[in-house]
Amino acid sequence: MIETNGLSKTIGEKTIVRPINVSFQGAETVAILGPNGAGKSTFLNMIAGLIKPTSGLISFHGNALKKDDYTLKEKIGFLSHQSFLYDYFTPIENLIFFGRMYKVENVRERAKQLIDEVGLKLFQNEPVRSFSRGMLQRLAIARALIHNPEYLLLDEPHTGLDQQAVSILNEVIKARQKEGVTVLMVTHDFQQVTDTCTRALIMRNGRLVDDLSISELGQDTLDSRYQAVVKSS
Amino acid sequence: MRYFITPALLIALKDLYSEWRTRQVVVTMLIFSALVIVTFSFAFDPTRQAVEALIPGMIWVITVFAGILGLNRSFLSEQKQDQLHGMIVAPADPASIYLGKVIANYVFVFVVQAISIPLLLILFDFQVPGDYGWFLLILFLGTFGFICVGTLLSAVSIQSKSSEMLLPVLLFPLVTPIVIAAVEATRIVLAQDASISEAFSWMQLIVVYDLVFFVAGFLLFEYVLEV
Repeated sequence: MIETNGLSKTIGEKTIVRPINVSFQGAETVAILGPNGAGKSTFLNMIAGLIKPTSGLISFHGNALKKDDYTLKEKIGFLSHQSFLYDYFTPIENLIFFGRMYKVENVRERAKQLIDEVGLKLFQNEPVRSFSRGMLQRLAIARALIHNPEYLLLDEPHTGLDQQAVSILNEVIKARQKEGVTVLMVTHDFQQVTDTCTRALIMRNGRLVDDLSISELGQDTLDSRYQAVVKSS
Repeated sequence: MRYFITPALLIALKDLYSEWRTRQVVVTMLIFSALVIVTFSFAFDPTRQAVEALIPGMIWVITVFAGILGLNRSFLSEQKQDQLHGMIVAPADPASIYLGKVIANYVFVFVVQAISIPLLLILFDFQVPGDYGWFLLILFLGTFGFICVGTLLSAVSIQSKSSEMLLPVLLFPLVTPIVIAAVEATRIVLAQDASISEAFSWMQLIVVYDLVFFVAGFLLFEYVLEV
């Protein structure tokens, strides 16, 4: 379970995220929606430990996230806007490096399995610098999964993916959900939200303005609800 | 240790392997060193006295300026895809990133020294008098201090858009004491008639400097990452 209590972020005089209290149970796949500048990525980055909150607490299974809590960091998989991958390394070399950082056993086999899972087997020995945006994103997804995280934080994971890759990613998310992984996903893609998520949060101007159960809604209902919430006030 | 030494070694090995693949940093540093050696060899009449006076300065000019070329690249390579953030979210002590970078940067400079200094000595027909051990010790201590400060400031300067210009501006005032001490200590051990005891006070200064900046790097690096 992930829980935030009064989590906020202010940079200079600008408040990016206003105090947010929310909890995510195990095996939930939660979409974080909102217009540009709503504070979604900042909120996710704070949960990942990449940005220090101005105030508030983040806890995982009741344990507060501290900067030196490395056992907790081992359980978090994070996919950012950037891939974190090294241009001159092949997919295998990139995944082995990150796998070793996360103390993954049999890391080479695990890397090969993930490369296969994201459909890059044919390119596993090519340097990443020749990859397209979509291929990089596939590999970045594999990187985030290399250590079998218990919590998966994805920032716009469908960006740049072709239809085949989108369905691969959705299968990956659903498989992780079955394994009990908590998935938080910042996205603008409502189709993928209704396909994969069980819950959606809507943010606006740094505030959490709505919390919806997806199973009760179709895509059209979600869309109209989103428009109503975002346009109000 | 699990979250400190292992990640540090992984980061250092990653940088060394990346350099092995690309050969961008060390080759540039070697070309610069060769340029310094050739320029000085034509600029001075290589009499024994001139060479003895010149060699210590040349060794440290090569180390400092070639080192800056490497230091500039050290964190730039972690910027393109925000790889540094990948390390921050990984289960690794922030100081392990610093240690890994110090190791890799030291190896790069060591390779350059291992090639350019013998070449320098051969071209100027200069024999190191007495024991090589003191000379190598001074070389190690001086380079280590320079790399400790340089790695920390390289991480600071990378936050700026003109980092390649900012690093020397920040670095030179801070490394001046160690460069002076290293040049003086090297001059003493390479002089024919000097006693090694004269170099001890300079070596003590270098050791204190190394310790202060190595520890400062460990303690400050996580704050540098937060900038």
